[in-house]
Amino acid sequence: MEPYKSQIGQPVSRLEGHLKVTGTARYAGDYSVPGLLYGYVINSTITKGKIISFDTSRAKALPGVLEVFTHENRPSLAWFDLQYADMDAPPGSPFRPLQDADILYNGQPIGLVVAETFELARYAATLMDIEYEEEAFDTDLRSQQHLARSPKIGMATMLKPLPPKPKGNFEKAFNASPNQVSAEFFHGTEHHNPLELFATTTVYEGKGKLTIYDKTQGTINSQMYVANIFGLKFKNVRVISPYVGGAFGSALRPQYQLFLSVMAALKLERSVLVTLDRHQMFTFGHRPPTVQRTRFSADNNGIITALNHLAIGETSRFEDYTEVVVNWSHMLYPAANTLMQYKLVELDVYSPLDMRAPGGVTGMHAIESTIDELAHKSKIDPLQLRLTNYTEIDVSLNRPYSSKELRECYLQGAEKFGWDKRNPEPRSMRRGNKLVGYGMATGIWEANQLPAKAEAILTGDGKLKINSAVTDIGTGTLTVMTQIAADELGLPVEDVEFAYGDSKKPFAPIQGGSFTVSTVGSAVKAVGAAMRKKLFSIAKKMKGGVFDGADLKDVSFEGGRVFITNDRSRSVSFQEIIAANDNKPVKLSKFSVPSILKLKKYSRAAHSAVFVEVEVDEELGVINVTRAVTAVAAGKIINPKTARSQILGGMIWGISKALREETIQDDGLGKYMNQNLSEYHIPVHADIHELDVIFVDEKDTVVNELGTKGVGEIGIVGMPPAITNAIFNATGKRINQLPIHFDMLL
Amino acid sequence: MLTELTEPTTLKASQPVNLVVNGTPLQLNLLPWVSLLDALRDYSGLTGTKKGCDHGQCGACTVICDGKRVLSCLSLAVSKDGSEITTIEGIAPEGDLHPLQKAFIEHDAFQCGYCTPGQICSAIGMMKEGKAKTRAEVKELMSGNLCRCGANTNIIDAIMEVQNQSVHE
Repeated sequence: MEPYKSQIGQPVSRLEGHLKVTGTARYAGDYSVPGLLYGYVINSTITKGKIISFDTSRAKALPGVLEVFTHENRPSLAWFDLQYADMDAPPGSPFRPLQDADILYNGQPIGLVVAETFELARYAATLMDIEYEEEAFDTDLRSQQHLARSPKIGMATMLKPLPPKPKGNFEKAFNASPNQVSAEFFHGTEHHNPLELFATTTVYEGKGKLTIYDKTQGTINSQMYVANIFGLKFKNVRVISPYVGGAFGSALRPQYQLFLSVMAALKLERSVLVTLDRHQMFTFGHRPPTVQRTRFSADNNGIITALNHLAIGETSRFEDYTEVVVNWSHMLYPAANTLMQYKLVELDVYSPLDMRAPGGVTGMHAIESTIDELAHKSKIDPLQLRLTNYTEIDVSLNRPYSSKELRECYLQGAEKFGWDKRNPEPRSMRRGNKLVGYGMATGIWEANQLPAKAEAILTGDGKLKINSAVTDIGTGTLTVMTQIAADELGLPVEDVEFAYGDSKKPFAPIQGGSFTVSTVGSAVKAVGAAMRKKLFSIAKKMKGGVFDGADLKDVSFEGGRVFITNDRSRSVSFQEIIAANDNKPVKLSKFSVPSILKLKKYSRAAHSAVFVEVEVDEELGVINVTRAVTAVAAGKIINPKTARSQILGGMIWGISKALREETIQDDGLGKYMNQNLSEYHIPVHADIHELDVIFVDEKDTVVNELGTKGVGEIGIVGMPPAITNAIFNATGKRINQLPIHFDMLL
Repeated sequence: MLTELTEPTTLKASQPVNLVVNGTPLQLNLLPWVSLLDALRDYSGLTGTKKGCDHGQCGACTVICDGKRVLSCLSLAVSKDGSEITTIEGIAPEGDLHPLQKAFIEHDAFQCGYCTPGQICSAIGMMKEGKAKTRAEVKELMSGNLCRCGANTNIIDAIMEVQNQSVHE
């Protein structure tokens, strides 16, 4: 028999690949249900005020229109804020669709048309006669900065710690330092814009029972939300979501199409599909606009002496959405004097929402641009400045890292990129009529683990099934979990089925924050280990006494057999074990919880070093990222193929953030002006050139049982500053507002 | 948010629409305001074709119509009466995969998979057009198909592999 080849570390192709390339993977809006009705949402056209009258009669008169739901005729619903809170709810009072006549933001859902066809519902939605009483509003962060205040504290603060306490005397140290840099940054609003439109198909099963196909990053999160608001029993609400057409944080909270679809289905006792259109995809959470100010200083040897980072972020009037923006610089750079500040301004907008590397990608752009300027002013190579200030411990909390191979990232990335060929003098490198610039930056993202449960079933054919409620938003969860489970029992991937995306399955938290592999993967590993133990205990009792005198530590599991590690002739097959178990499948589940006591002694983070080359057309200012290398240290990489894709995706998001995407706001109207994919720019194929990914070896025995740190966000964080630093090297211009348009360089 | 439309006089007047979809004749009875995309998804049960914007801005709805790649969300079904349509479900015989489908899996040319049917149909149409020879040209002529996950380099790698194979055959 061939020795078992560990599946962890193998570049296994996505197991659902076949379904995705043949169009058979079904997303939330792809379920054909008999008698399905179509809902179309009506949105507010004012920013703040009240609905005075809402006449739906012209729509209701159309044959085929079943109902128009508004705040006036909606069913009565749950009363308490807590019943509307979801797993990602910030402190405050969650938005309640169709609650009353109040308008809190532009584009707020105020009604739902339900009709026999999509076309009819869409048409009927244009026939509303609505009168509003408008009130004055503010949506402009920059003009309202004087109102900035400290954020409220709540459950969310646990995963999003407030800034660390000040150290030393910042002002004194900064003023005494020979090399000082001050900078101000502005980032505008961004919308996640996954390519799949938000959709919910609520299948009305009768007797208060619902099967819901929802676009979500957490099946149990949506289940909880629906059951709490509509007063249904948990077991009567089943949320299914195996295929999610991108999310990037947008589906961490249940969105209003879920609420409206369920409300209509319960009231009409029919199945209802509500799909948002692309315009409506800009009417719920977004990455908040943020103002940042940095002041960093160094001595003449390039030792950083003082760090001050202030961020002012936008939030809504009803919730305090926060991000970790200012905590990162001191995690990377030791300085005796620090001052970190984070504040919020309430505006008349919807609550912001976590979007890929929330806070991190915002803060690191400011931090790493300021570091680059500090290197330039100190006449030190930017990579050297970072190596000079390299720290093995997290100085901000004075505790060691569970692992940190950032130095290797710097070295391997620089080598692969050819950093030594950089001329530090801006505008010194050229290629034809293009200025060429090299820039680099550091990336960091936290490595968290949450509790999760998994169930394992070993059946008579010797195959293993693992159950979890977790989703797979395109990150590769199905494939990676299958690999982890396969390794625990020494099975080939083909003999393992990972069943997921269903709230009926064991608990998994929302999928985000780069913590899914560490969270659900740990539960899968734990249940696999429990299964080994159970199988061995059954085998030990089997007739023939194959394992007499042996302990679990003496046996191995490979190719569907248990055997004495030193004597392969003493073995029993999984099938024989199940037969000995009265032919009953062995079924067990395991809850995995992070070892808080052990973990709190360490800081845990993934790191990256990013190197970018840009070309800038000297006359036209057109910017092209011609090549980029990202070296990542993220602990154990379960699947280098899907992990590489995650990093590539993050890098492209970084290019997008630096050079393309922005939601343009008209503060006179209080609304977003480019709510479509032709004016909300993201990179197209022609914008993307050579991208390279290096995974640096990193062994971590602390972070979790698997040694994984997650790769969903680390790919984006270092990219925008590496690009802007390269643009500085190319042009001598430092633009601190993203995205950088070519006209800013002219 | 939507602009009010004048009452369509044809609201009740369905019309017969004959399509050959993936080799199978389909007789549909549709109102003129039904897009080809919705005709496939809502009226024919072919949900492999995706709706990402409904405005011709993302390419997720790309199908092959009479040999050419078209955006099915910008085509009214009635205007395609008599046309032969190939969707993602029909680009390879059942149980088999088109070389592009295989290359997409091998190169990990998707993450969420939502833009994938459009990317593949568009790439088939593009190769048939025969205009793109180099990688730069392929990138340019595939730029109507957005990918939000950032699988761009893997998508182009997959297409280049198949394009090079067919050139050498």
